[in-house]
Amino acid sequence: MATLAQAAPAWLNERRESAARQFASVGFPTTRLEDWRFTNVSPIAEANWPLAQGGFAQAEALTAAVTIPGAVRLVIVNGQFAAGLSDLSVLPKGLRIASLRDGARDATDGIETYLGKVFSIASHPFAALNTSFLDDGVAIMVTKGAVVETPIHIVIVTGSDLPSEASAKGGQPVVAHPRVLIVAGEHSQVRVAQTFIGVPDTAYFNNAVIEVVVGPSALVQLYTDQRESDQAFHIANIQAHVEAKGVFESHAFSTGARIMRHDIGIGLKGEGADCTMNGVYLADGERLMDTHTSLDHARPHCTSHQIYKGILAGKSKAVFNGRIIVQLDAQKTDAKQTNRALLLSDDATINSNPQLEIFADDVKCTHGAAVGQLDEEALFYLQARGLNRAEARDMLLHAFAGEVLEGLKIPALREQVEANFFTRLRQDSAGQDGGHAPQDTEGR
Amino acid sequence: MLEVKNLQVRVEDKEILRGINLSVKAGEVHAIMGPNGSGKSTFARALAGHPGYEVTGGSVNYQGHDLLDMDPDERARDGVFMAFQYPVEIPGVNNAYFLKAALNAKRKQQGLDELDAMDFMALVKQKLKILHVDESMLMRSVNEGFSGGEKKRNEIFHMAVLEPTLAVLDETDSGLDIDALRVVADGVNAMRSPERSFIVVTHYQRLLEYIVPDYVHVLADGRIVRSGGRELALELEEKGYGWTEPALRQGAGQAGARQ
Repeated sequence: MATLAQAAPAWLNERRESAARQFASVGFPTTRLEDWRFTNVSPIAEANWPLAQGGFAQAEALTAAVTIPGAVRLVIVNGQFAAGLSDLSVLPKGLRIASLRDGARDATDGIETYLGKVFSIASHPFAALNTSFLDDGVAIMVTKGAVVETPIHIVIVTGSDLPSEASAKGGQPVVAHPRVLIVAGEHSQVRVAQTFIGVPDTAYFNNAVIEVVVGPSALVQLYTDQRESDQAFHIANIQAHVEAKGVFESHAFSTGARIMRHDIGIGLKGEGADCTMNGVYLADGERLMDTHTSLDHARPHCTSHQIYKGILAGKSKAVFNGRIIVQLDAQKTDAKQTNRALLLSDDATINSNPQLEIFADDVKCTHGAAVGQLDEEALFYLQARGLNRAEARDMLLHAFAGEVLEGLKIPALREQVEANFFTRLRQDSAGQDGGHAPQDTEGR
Repeated sequence: MLEVKNLQVRVEDKEILRGINLSVKAGEVHAIMGPNGSGKSTFARALAGHPGYEVTGGSVNYQGHDLLDMDPDERARDGVFMAFQYPVEIPGVNNAYFLKAALNAKRKQQGLDELDAMDFMALVKQKLKILHVDESMLMRSVNEGFSGGEKKRNEIFHMAVLEPTLAVLDETDSGLDIDALRVVADGVNAMRSPERSFIVVTHYQRLLEYIVPDYVHVLADGRIVRSGGRELALELEEKGYGWTEPALRQGAGQAGARQ
């Protein structure tokens, strides 16, 4: 990609170089850092990851498997915008879409202003790494006042069909640094879904950065379906900046990857901004799923709602760190954070840490964290009406995840996400008997 | 229909039932009465197959099968229903959705076609009417935020839809005001038939004014200490449970139930 890098505008080269210097000075995070205490990324740091070179044959089939009918489809294969797999045939009014490479070269409005500027890469080493390789991706610009009803679906496909040590059919370990920029102008509305998918059962390292700018009184709903290969390393920074009376929603559904790390940061930068930051993840096997959320209440009268739910099976590990900063100026803040986890096995562990830093004095902040097991009395109740234990368990897990799944307002995507979720749960229940010792004997 | 012989049940490390004998024929209504801690609810839960109730001795034969050998869901699909003393709140599970799944699990076992959403709703609406249950209850999460009376009515509603062969009502009257009690009793009475049997567990005689039992058994300290007809309940009402104590002291183990 050297020739393309040279063709890039000076400002982009400068941002890349500065990010490269930043990454070189800090390197991969270690567990000595508070933010990385429970997530050891040495399997990423110590491996050799050649930069993926563009498309590969399986990308088409992988994309087809998650297509949402009727959506504008943008496909990123190994970090590069894949026009051939994308579908821009119905481009709604007020929506402008460009590959980041073309957009940067043609000086498309907003890209220079916002790309790499939504958050500070100093505190996000992987975002710095991504930026140092910034070459392509997609930019979605919604013009002032436009209400885009057609959902936009970004499919981020990663992997390789070059032969690997393990298989002649493909799976050579590669790294990709996909990049997405969404800018919603004043009073505009847009709904964006992103699906992370890769060559099944192969190892790769996907290091994504998604920047979102929600203009004054604009609405952006972002859905993230993370279903990477079970061997993959998935790191994603989702960072949004919400202006006055803007509304941003992030809903994340995660089932894949060997190690997942999500850093989701929302800055409420204008008065009266509102955000929702929900997620549900299913960790099984030896998976590690780490979610670090950060909410910056910078201005008065902003509200935030956060619900994160985890289902942990096998020997999986999960980390939830929910940071809320209420700045001195942010009076009348209303922030609510809930974090719940269900442990289906004795060998699964979760580290849950709410982190509230409140500097204003007239605010409402609540947080609650609960870790538990499936309610044996509820299981018995369902069984006593005729459902077998597996059906009863499915029903309770569905109910547990339901609160977050209900936020998914694109029906076709919701079907996909639920089907994937419950197929995985069933695979998991086949592997264990699910039996726990009875615990409740009250009220005889 | 049901033959309980010398049933002994332990909860955690405590012996609760010390040899229950009871025979229930098709179409009969048996009331089990007794003071708190006598083992009434333990008996009901053991019949339903609660995993926290360990059977240490005796046998239960239900329609020719060894009931104790069956999982709770197998018992339910085979026609055993227990109305819970404390119905469990299950947030996020829709009442109608759950009931449809339960009914279809049973129909499948019986070799019947599963009901689709429309047939199910038609059936359910008919049952709602009989029980004076508000339709909105269907769309709520199972028991979540229900008042005590609503929970009990929901249990009877489940029973009406699932049409069990043997229904065990575990203190369904507790916490009900007189109007709700009447509705619940009417629901039960409407279901009485020569093929269906009931075991009604209650602390108070009051319920039995509305659901008139064929037999009354008094439980004390894990054994049936007296059995009789309907008049036994009235006698209890008059004299209180203290009255059963002499019988207990006489070594009630053999007194047992009607054989």
